[in-house]
Amino acid sequence: MEDTKQIKETREHKKDVTILFAGDSGDGIQLTGSQFTNTSALFGNDISTFPNFPAEIRAPQGTIAGVSGFQLNFGSIEIYTPGDRCDVLVVMNAAALKANLNQLKIGGTIIANTSGFDKRNLKLAGYLDQRNPLEDNSLGKYRVIEIDVTKLTREALKESPLGVKEKDRSKNMFVLGFLYWMYNREMKPTEDFIRQKFARKPDLIDSNIAVLKAGYNYGDTSETFTTRYEVKPAPMPKGSYRNVMGNQALAIGLISAARKAKLGLFYGSYPITPASDILHELSKHKNFNVRSFQAEDEIAAVTSAIGASFAGNLGVTASSGPGIALKGEALGLACILELPLVVVNVQRGGPSTGLPTKTEQADLMQAFYGRNGEAPIPILAASSPKDCFQTAYEAVRIAVQHMTPVFILSDGYIANGAEPWMYPKSDDLEPIATALINQVSEEPFLPYERDEKLVRAWAVPGIKGLEHRIGGLEKEDKTGNVSYDAENHEKMVKLREDKIQKIAEFIPEQSIDQGEKGAQVAVLSWGSTYGAVKTAVKELLAEGQSAAHVHLRYIKPFPKNLEILLKTFDKVLVPELNSGQLVKIVRSEFLIDARPLNKIKGLPFSSIEIKEGVQELLSE
Amino acid sequence: MSETAELKYTSKDFSSDQEVRWCPGCGDYSILKQVQSVMPEIGVERENIVFISGIGCSSRFPYYMNTYGMHSIHGRAPAIASGLKIANPDLSVWVITGDGDALSIGGNHLIHMLRRNFDLNILLFNNEIYGLTKGQYSPTSPTGKVTKSTPMGSVDHPFNPLALAAGADGTFIARAMDRDPKHLRSILKDANDHKGASLIEIYQNCNVFNDGAFEVFTDKTTKPNSTVFVEHDKPMIFGENNELGIVLDGAKPHVVNFEEEGISPNDLWIHDKYDEFKSSVLIRCFDDPAIVENSLPRPFGVFYQKERDCYEELLHAQIGRSIEMKGEGNLDDLLKGQNTWDIG
Repeated sequence: MEDTKQIKETREHKKDVTILFAGDSGDGIQLTGSQFTNTSALFGNDISTFPNFPAEIRAPQGTIAGVSGFQLNFGSIEIYTPGDRCDVLVVMNAAALKANLNQLKIGGTIIANTSGFDKRNLKLAGYLDQRNPLEDNSLGKYRVIEIDVTKLTREALKESPLGVKEKDRSKNMFVLGFLYWMYNREMKPTEDFIRQKFARKPDLIDSNIAVLKAGYNYGDTSETFTTRYEVKPAPMPKGSYRNVMGNQALAIGLISAARKAKLGLFYGSYPITPASDILHELSKHKNFNVRSFQAEDEIAAVTSAIGASFAGNLGVTASSGPGIALKGEALGLACILELPLVVVNVQRGGPSTGLPTKTEQADLMQAFYGRNGEAPIPILAASSPKDCFQTAYEAVRIAVQHMTPVFILSDGYIANGAEPWMYPKSDDLEPIATALINQVSEEPFLPYERDEKLVRAWAVPGIKGLEHRIGGLEKEDKTGNVSYDAENHEKMVKLREDKIQKIAEFIPEQSIDQGEKGAQVAVLSWGSTYGAVKTAVKELLAEGQSAAHVHLRYIKPFPKNLEILLKTFDKVLVPELNSGQLVKIVRSEFLIDARPLNKIKGLPFSSIEIKEGVQELLSE
Repeated sequence: MSETAELKYTSKDFSSDQEVRWCPGCGDYSILKQVQSVMPEIGVERENIVFISGIGCSSRFPYYMNTYGMHSIHGRAPAIASGLKIANPDLSVWVITGDGDALSIGGNHLIHMLRRNFDLNILLFNNEIYGLTKGQYSPTSPTGKVTKSTPMGSVDHPFNPLALAAGADGTFIARAMDRDPKHLRSILKDANDHKGASLIEIYQNCNVFNDGAFEVFTDKTTKPNSTVFVEHDKPMIFGENNELGIVLDGAKPHVVNFEEEGISPNDLWIHDKYDEFKSSVLIRCFDDPAIVENSLPRPFGVFYQKERDCYEELLHAQIGRSIEMKGEGNLDDLLKGQNTWDIG
């Protein structure tokens, strides 16, 4: 059997492949992408994904505005980004091609659903005179595979009792099946998924599986396609893996940390893109004693969390930029109360409502300074979907050990992106001690007395002898009584700042991700730019260039050794998806000539962009 | 627990070591005193009581109570109390707020707390003025009110706070006043006994910026004819010699001199605080005696009460059901998820 096949087709080995699925936002693109992701992850590839969809739930069909995309990069090597440009572009209609052709490598493959290129679709996509790009030789630089997916799907479902509309809805499965053939993947994980998803609709199970198989068999039997690709499993560290999305990892991190701190988890939240999935995920796990509360607004979301923290729960709230702006006053309250609170900002393009479904890192200054008065709040940033777990865990640890609100900065890119995660065992997670007290001493209780870390005790209602009042008015040192005393105010402002700075003694020192101290150019990154910088610096090092990569998880306070480390490099480049925010802070904190590299397009950096930025500095 | 608690405390036990700093003559003093004197009677240990306030004169209240307390930010006390109550449903929670705090900046939180029916008590000090910011009109100031921010008179239409509470399906709706301590104490106890969100609007005189706003209702000479103190299952009777009463003509209340007119007290409007519709009529008795001739008296007392599930109980019941169905959360299962694979 194998032998006869070999005659018909060639097999090409690939280290890594980037596929971009694109179609109408109702075409099931995200589902197709995530199924291919899961299957490839189970197969053992390293993988990174980037869903990219319009803000409208159902934008006008067939138009560029309505195009939804899902990019994934999988390989037999370590993968850090969803890929700069794609090898394969799957387009369900003309608009999808027009919107994404510039993402395709020269010589790349286009898989086009020809029925999405009829007159109407061409017009909607804005092709001049309804000129069909599949027919006018304009795609000569690419390999085009034309398939009439709609027609073949309907044919595969000839016997099905479903209506035409419903039949057409499963055409994404045809494409998925075809790609499974092309990349030699098993269909079973997706078949299992379909059976689970449509457990109550047997007709849909039958139709989706039939179309999936039809797509696979089409590749197998059609003489046209002779090349199949093989992407072997990646040499990943030994261990047990699962696939995880950023918001999901964040939610799991919060639950794990609350468990390890022996605290009830209270999550106050108001729906907002792209943070809502954290609420959805947490709400699924009520059996972990998760109290998720969909509040009436962003302000109630954060203040209810403050109330819960006062009562001894781990109070958590999350939002995106506009919601964080509304929470600002309450964050000042949490800061002066000195209660634990975790605040997640899944950043998106701003200002105002901005670009709800696009990614950006433009809320760093908001996290640093976005409150009245001097209200310092520690800031941590997650670098990848799986890193959201560890970042959330650390944020909780800092909040409950140092009695302070803590910011977690994530963004739309990692929140919705997915990657394989070597998940930990619960026994391997560090227990988290808290500042809770339940002992009454002989002395009267002073709520703002501090320990050597400058941290006050967490005294929770219900404990006899610790009754006390806290509030947003300036408080007297130690007693917490209202005080308008000038000296006391200055002292308290400094104490609150010193307390935060002292956290630097309880976080790891800054390490170098790649390269050596003293390199000619160091790239200093934070948040979701990690993968692009990692890939770029890896290539630069392989080319023998003097480059290094330093990636920050702890942004406030900075790790103690960061200044000394940065000063060993000739030049420091700070790439950010904003107009230059971390770079300003680094320059003013350390008086070094750090240089910005900015992108403000609602899209992540490609590694090429980073590489070019470094090369420019190297050649100066 | 309650018996010993009752014996154990006196009102002094509830007064903190902080000097009370309201203006001399402020109505807040009386309310503080009544709350402190009711506390020993509610049968709750001091450490299980929490006072939460927002911003405004009244919101200094928690500092003066020797319990747990939080003086938070403007308008947000109901939201903070909601989180507190979810985190620990066993606490006795008292929200202290004012007309600006609860009805203007915090209006959203108030209505949502009421509809969710958290088991807590809200004392809304209504003085129809912004006192802490030195005298601007508030959402309960009457139209035409001349203040620093409305030199030509306010053109705002005022809230009837209790009608708002009824609109939000509040389950305990009452009115009291600072100058009738005994009545206030009894309403405070009723509120405490009610399981659910209890809202008491308390008329409170601001003698500095809005002196006499409620004088017609509180002054000995005018009070008998301008107010009616309603009690459950009793006819609505008022007047200097208890000679006046209210009858319901369909849904419309009328004042009658029942003795003169030979009407039996049993034929007057008998207050039924559990009757949603009649309570709405009572809540709507909101004539301004300065404007309306032969106005209806302003009612005081518990207007409406209903038993309804409390949010925090429902939430914890769901958690319980989830544990019953899936078992106590297993962290390793959560970390592992549905699909895994091994390498090596």
